[in-house]
Amino acid sequence: MPDIYLDNNATTKVDSVVVDAMIPFFTEQFGNPSSIHRFADGVAKAIKKARSQVQELIGAEHDSEIIFTSCGTESDSTAILSAIKAQPNRKEIITTAVEHPAILNLVDNLEKEGYTIHRMPVDKCGRLNLDAYKNLLSDQVAIVSVMWANNETGTIFPVVEMAEMANAAGVMFHTDAVQAVGKIPMMLQDTKIDMLSISGHKLHAPKGIGVLYLRRGTRYRPLLRGGHQERGRRAGTENTASIVGLGKACELAIEHMEYENVQVKAMRDRLEQGIVEAIPHSFITGDLNNRLPNTTDIAFEYIEGEAILMLLNKAGIAASSGSACTSGSLEPSHVMRAMDIPYTAAHGTIRFSFSRYNSMSDVDEVLKVMPSIVATLRKLSPYWDSINNEPVADPEQAFQPSYA
Amino acid sequence: MWDYSDKVKDHFFNPKNAGAVEGANAIGEVGSISCGDALRLTLKVNEDSEVIEDAGFQTFGCGSAIASSSVLTEIIKGLTLDDALKVTNQDIAAELDGLPPEKMHCSVMGREALQAAVANYRGEEWKDDHEEGALVCKCFAIDAVMIEEMVWANKLRTVEDVTNFTKAGGGCAACHEDIEAILEKVMKERGETFDPSAAPIEKVEAKAEKKPLTNLQRIKKIEEVIMSFRPQLMADGGDVELVEVIGNTAYVNMTGACSGCQMSSMTIAGIQQRLMEVMAEFIKVVPASQMPTSELVNIKEVGHA
Ligand SMILES: Cc1ncc(COP(=O)(O)O)c(C=O)c1O
Ligand code: FES
Repeated sequence: MPDIYLDNNATTKVDSVVVDAMIPFFTEQFGNPSSIHRFADGVAKAIKKARSQVQELIGAEHDSEIIFTSCGTESDSTAILSAIKAQPNRKEIITTAVEHPAILNLVDNLEKEGYTIHRMPVDKCGRLNLDAYKNLLSDQVAIVSVMWANNETGTIFPVVEMAEMANAAGVMFHTDAVQAVGKIPMMLQDTKIDMLSISGHKLHAPKGIGVLYLRRGTRYRPLLRGGHQERGRRAGTENTASIVGLGKACELAIEHMEYENVQVKAMRDRLEQGIVEAIPHSFITGDLNNRLPNTTDIAFEYIEGEAILMLLNKAGIAASSGSACTSGSLEPSHVMRAMDIPYTAAHGTIRFSFSRYNSMSDVDEVLKVMPSIVATLRKLSPYWDSINNEPVADPEQAFQPSYA
Repeated sequence: MWDYSDKVKDHFFNPKNAGAVEGANAIGEVGSISCGDALRLTLKVNEDSEVIEDAGFQTFGCGSAIASSSVLTEIIKGLTLDDALKVTNQDIAAELDGLPPEKMHCSVMGREALQAAVANYRGEEWKDDHEEGALVCKCFAIDAVMIEEMVWANKLRTVEDVTNFTKAGGGCAACHEDIEAILEKVMKERGETFDPSAAPIEKVEAKAEKKPLTNLQRIKKIEEVIMSFRPQLMADGGDVELVEVIGNTAYVNMTGACSGCQMSSMTIAGIQQRLMEVMAEFIKVVPASQMPTSELVNIKEVGHA
């Protein structure tokens, strides 16, 4: 059975070069970077090197703008809570309806505390309306937080332009770039982005390590106070091995940036074209012309995502779904709802996300099994007419629960 | 992914009785494409014996929805309609060696489709009384709608009250923040404010109980407490009834889903605890099946599990 991993937006395999770079910091060099004996020899230096490797990948002006955190979620929380704490008179937050829960659940909670949250809607292709955005900017807004790239569809938001608009209105700008960093080039020093979140495990570094980029001069209040680590901006003894690993992963990401945007993209393109050509009633979601090179999210109408995943898994293929059932909630993904994807399709979306470890033969394998998986489930579906191999005429009418 | 039992996987990968039955004379349709779960159950019922001779399903839904539908058709084939109606969602889940709490609604859908199909055969109208909200307590599979209704109906004020009435919050306690949010919301609508340090309501009632009760009052009171558990049990496809009180032992009849399931001992313990709080005396709750035989008069049905 093949062993194909196409769920790289969920997490990635740690590159073996990264693992090798980390090992000494568990064994010989396990010392606390703040110590001054030989077990800590070189640990502080290794962290400094990692900091400059991250700096280079995102094009930050200073290495002191890189703050290591425990994950993408911590970076997101730190950014937003810092902005509201530093500007207690500003009671509004602008974000989008399609952010990761790391943002959405946080702002939901702030709403209960009295903040006004503007969750900008998106159109059917997942795009924002910048005129509407402009109208929301005011001196009441503490922070704008808009993701660089969407984790489900890969759709890229114009964050560089939006940061400039925020800056012109005197408003702080944060971007959750967890899915973008390492996949598309960026040069933060040429932008007005004030804060940016990174998560190591999305770019072949370990889980449980993140970064908050904090532009020099941006007003800031730490989430964790305590020791002097990270210049007092994020207390807690450094996760040295993971920091070193993340540094190495950033270096590798720079080396593979072109490969990601040419070869990896070619695999993605071939897969999605192959699927929509072979399978009726399937379509790609998101902004097709403006996406991460590695991500495709395909909706299969009249069947449910988790069932598709179970059959894919049986065929040795790992992917993920925006269906309600995979998360245990009753609603399909908030991203699909925000894009107004019809319910007949929203429950059957599958995300395939590639990395440099995939190959064209993986694509062939998926294309080989996908049509029969979809056909199997459609055969079971009350909304599908197996004899004519098409949806039943007017599915919402044909299926009439007796109590409706 | 979910920790599905081998039985769930088997019924998903090799579904039994998929597709519509030819010449079906009972059809039940529940769910909708917007909720991500829909099931059409088609039955062929022998018009003389009312035995289900054939059953087929068509399901739009996740792995456990398909598995629940498949196992349901296997369970009910060969049963009379009356016997089939006694199949609860817990039976469906048990036949699959259990479902994750988030997926229990898939078994509920199976039971509802069956009820709808029987109603369709008998020319009756089937009413869905089952409103489902977001899952709040994963330990006991209790959703927001159920908690809200109980908070309204019983004027609950604390997380402890909610746990006593619904079981929600009685396990790992991770859902207490969400339960507090529901309390805050409902109490605000009632014109009260939620106070996290308030005493649970039973304690207040217990103190008010000063005069000794007559025997009749006492039994009535016990029955009242037991009745207050019914909505919650009925939502799970079960029921409870007071059969007899002998000394300080209350004998109850647990039917449907509750009898035999691992929840039943928890439920009995919950009833007992509340009885003791309300009555301010020691009361033991025992299944009627354990009542001394000479008094075994009032038991109609001790469940079928
Ligand atoms: C867009 C986005 N933001 C934040 C996160 C959370 O990152 P972490 O898992 O490191 O907390 C993720 C990962 O799931 C993500 O995709
Ligand atoms: S989730 Fe409610 S007690 Fe565990």
